[in-house]
Amino acid sequence: MNPRDARAVVLARIQSALANAPTEPVEVPRDYDRRPFSGAGDLERFAMTVAEYRAHAIRVAGSDIAATIASLIPRGGFVATPSDVPINWTDGVDTMVDRNSAPLSIEQLDRAAAVITGCALAVAATGTIVLDAGATQGRRALTLVPDHHICVVFSDQVVDTIPQAFAALDPTRPLTLISGPSATSDIELTRVEGVHGPRTLDVLLVDGPQPGRQAKLHV
Amino acid sequence: MRTFLGTPGEGNLRGEVPFPIAARRELRNTQMRRNVGHATRTIRAKRLAAVAECPDWEQLRAAGSALKADTMARLPELLDELERNVVARGGCVHWARDATEANEIITGIVRACGTDEIVKVKSMATQEMGLNEHLEAQGIAAVETDLAELIVQLGRDKPSHILVPAIHRNRAEIREIFRQNMPGVDDLTDDPQVLAMAAREYLRRKFLSAKVAVSGANFGVAETGSLVVVESEGNGRMCLTLPQTLITVMGIEKVVPRFTDLEVFMQLLPRSSTAERMNPYTSMWTGVYPGDGPQEFHLVLLDNGRSAVLADPVGRAALHCIRCSACLNVCPVYERTGGHAYGSVYPGPIGAILSPQLTGQGHGDPNASLPYASTLCGACFDACPVKIDIPRILVHLRADHIDAERDRLPSGQDLAMKAAAWAMRSPRRFALAEKALAATRVVAGPDERITMLPWPGSRWTASRDVTAPPPETFRQWWERTHGTERL
Repeated sequence: MNPRDARAVVLARIQSALANAPTEPVEVPRDYDRRPFSGAGDLERFAMTVAEYRAHAIRVAGSDIAATIASLIPRGGFVATPSDVPINWTDGVDTMVDRNSAPLSIEQLDRAAAVITGCALAVAATGTIVLDAGATQGRRALTLVPDHHICVVFSDQVVDTIPQAFAALDPTRPLTLISGPSATSDIELTRVEGVHGPRTLDVLLVDGPQPGRQAKLHV
Repeated sequence: MRTFLGTPGEGNLRGEVPFPIAARRELRNTQMRRNVGHATRTIRAKRLAAVAECPDWEQLRAAGSALKADTMARLPELLDELERNVVARGGCVHWARDATEANEIITGIVRACGTDEIVKVKSMATQEMGLNEHLEAQGIAAVETDLAELIVQLGRDKPSHILVPAIHRNRAEIREIFRQNMPGVDDLTDDPQVLAMAAREYLRRKFLSAKVAVSGANFGVAETGSLVVVESEGNGRMCLTLPQTLITVMGIEKVVPRFTDLEVFMQLLPRSSTAERMNPYTSMWTGVYPGDGPQEFHLVLLDNGRSAVLADPVGRAALHCIRCSACLNVCPVYERTGGHAYGSVYPGPIGAILSPQLTGQGHGDPNASLPYASTLCGACFDACPVKIDIPRILVHLRADHIDAERDRLPSGQDLAMKAAAWAMRSPRRFALAEKALAATRVVAGPDERITMLPWPGSRWTASRDVTAPPPETFRQWWERTHGTERL
């Protein structure tokens, strides 16, 4: 069976269906909230929406990142990190660094007490953090296998709405939108936390802009 | 009246008996009724709360509806664009005319990977295709990783809801299913937390060793070639990230034009389905990424009757569905009969318009009974995030069916309609009929309702009440109060 045949047949069927019952050109009304980003996200709302979905929102000063992270890790545990996480985040904890040249194995990730990453941006309306495998985030498996994810969000990374987030994201990157720890409602529609993703999600909301970078969001 | 004959879909799209017979059987299952009733009542309230939070909800619905209509109008060019962009980023695109072809394509890819076990993310399209059964017959095990699909699979059961396929089971039943069929499980309580953890242990071993995964897709973005999977548990992320090879099956109607169009659907879908502001995990990817995730990506585009639905200018709105299941949760019929009564993997209001259009409504086809599985209350239309006018399409499909059956022997309904037409064609006969009708007031109760009529009236009153006719007709009242004065 020539694969090109199937493509031609399906497209021909669609063309024929549309020719049989032509459509009018469609104008899409965009009257929903599409306000552009104002430059400062609602941090209070973000902390609230994160907490409402059973993730922990912790507001810290930039100088307290390492101490806060250390307080979240049990003694003797090590944390997995992407290769470009700043050293001043992990002062005081044992780390295993995931490098392109020497990626951490699944078994190593499974044994990590936690994984620490930054994020691409965060959304106040829904308590969502977005990873795009960019700076301080690493590859996707890093935030999936360990049972505890600690995510550092700088206050200038927070936008207010979902449309503002989509305006700022790069669709060619692998994107993961995370809103709370994993959950299911499959048993009697009762929500149960922590099925396959990290069962604990800590969001460190740092007052102040991302150091050493221009504000990413000028949409 | 439809004259276009498209190619119908195949697979798990119809039951063996018409809905009234299946429903009567299912209604006797009081455990299921309690489970489904409780679950749908709970989620209904939550959905209303989630929607009430959005001051621009109606504007979002309007945009969602128009985006889907625009997509259908430009479907060939959008699918072409999607394919080009997936291929440009290292993916492979396959086209499947029907379920059989899709199953064969996937089997071929899995064989070429040299494995006999795959992991699956929940996908309605693969349920429709009967993929798991096909793979099993070829000696390939397909492990469902979505908790509800796992429950259905281990219980050798059929899904009954498009979002929560095991909604017809309560915790005690699920515990039994796990105890009897899940390897490595001994003692379990029926606490949902404990059950979920048992599933986590069992599946984690599978995830960490799987070589091939099969997923569905909630959306496929034409502009960028990106696929989107919306989920809660993390099994999606596991399957989309850890194995070497990923196969994604997507119905051709799931394409959206631009990346930013997702800003509409990613607000409509979570609030309408699980009644949350946002679901826990949404994954989006384009092609393959060296050093991160699967190194081989295959997209299978599935027709299986969708192009036939597209030919019906009224019915094709059924293709706008984003599979949120809000209509199921709000439907008084679904709440009582559950999903199995519909016979198709797509039950409830959306199933009642989509299943018969995918398969056709031939003579004797059980799916021809589905458009009648409704009181036309309209709750589904109110709940639908993309404003599919389900009641209108139900009536349209009923009319189609009547037209198609017109040349066959007259049914009781046909004879009754002919008799009524005869009476109404003459003013004298109509007046006589009205007077005769008033005589039925004698069988009405004190509340002016008639609940039992002799045959053939009993066929109506078996499941419906009739309001008693008023004591006098309009003409009698006019004559009494205005004499022979004309209007």
